[in-house]
Amino acid sequence: MDTLFFWLLATVAIGTSMLVVAQRNPMYSVLLLIASFMALSGLYVLLDAPFVAVTQILIYAGAIMVLFLFVVMLLNVPTEDPPSGYHARLLGGAGPRRAGAVLSAVLLLELGWALSRMGEGQPMGADDLGASTSSVKAIGERLFDISGYAFAFEATSVLILVAMVGAIVLARREPK
Amino acid sequence: MLPAPTLNSYLLLSAVLFAIGTAGVFLRRNLITILLSVEIMLNAVNLTFVAVGRSLGTVDGQIIVFFVVTVAAAEAAVGLAIVIALFRHRESLSPDDFTSLKW
Repeated sequence: MDTLFFWLLATVAIGTSMLVVAQRNPMYSVLLLIASFMALSGLYVLLDAPFVAVTQILIYAGAIMVLFLFVVMLLNVPTEDPPSGYHARLLGGAGPRRAGAVLSAVLLLELGWALSRMGEGQPMGADDLGASTSSVKAIGERLFDISGYAFAFEATSVLILVAMVGAIVLARREPK
Repeated sequence: MLPAPTLNSYLLLSAVLFAIGTAGVFLRRNLITILLSVEIMLNAVNLTFVAVGRSLGTVDGQIIVFFVVTVAAAEAAVGLAIVIALFRHRESLSPDDFTSLKW
């Protein structure tokens, strides 16, 4: 059952991600990316990580994608313009784009080659380690432990504050 | 019958997703789609963290994912604010229109 779900969710995740990149309308890209996040969230459930699965839906699909959708609607640019101008001919033409596609294919081959040198390993979920990683209590104890990640957690709040102030300053209309 | 997923299957899936994100950054000519491709790449890395954490039996992978999500939220907020500011200047979202540092 888990095997079937893994292949199903992996297919959905790869398919929707490819459509996000292939789509010319950013609105559809955002909506397809939400579908991709849903599939990834299912994969996190299969990996005994319910906390991450819920975080994925709440924060990614619920907050970050809504922010993207908001900007797409606010700017109202439905489709991608064809490249124009000197720099577009220099950097946006067929040749450089083909080079970019080749580079990402090379990256995939390289990562696949690196993985092929790893042993096959036992199937995920065959061991009994799942119980120790699926507990939210264990995550909370490690996250707020002073010898664990407590400092990083507090630093994160400063990061959020800086990002909030930065976003307001950047997006603010210049006073005349 | 389909083979049961191993750690390698998850890592390979995450490699494929990361390559798709990279291709998006290289190929698209729209700032919003480029930011979305960066999100795909971040998610591919998150999947690696959770899969390896599960295979080692620790929660550290999941905690790092928590931090990655926080950084992704900050990146999306600041990135979209920059996109809005650029759009006010040029009425365009093509990165080719923003090649000069000063205008």
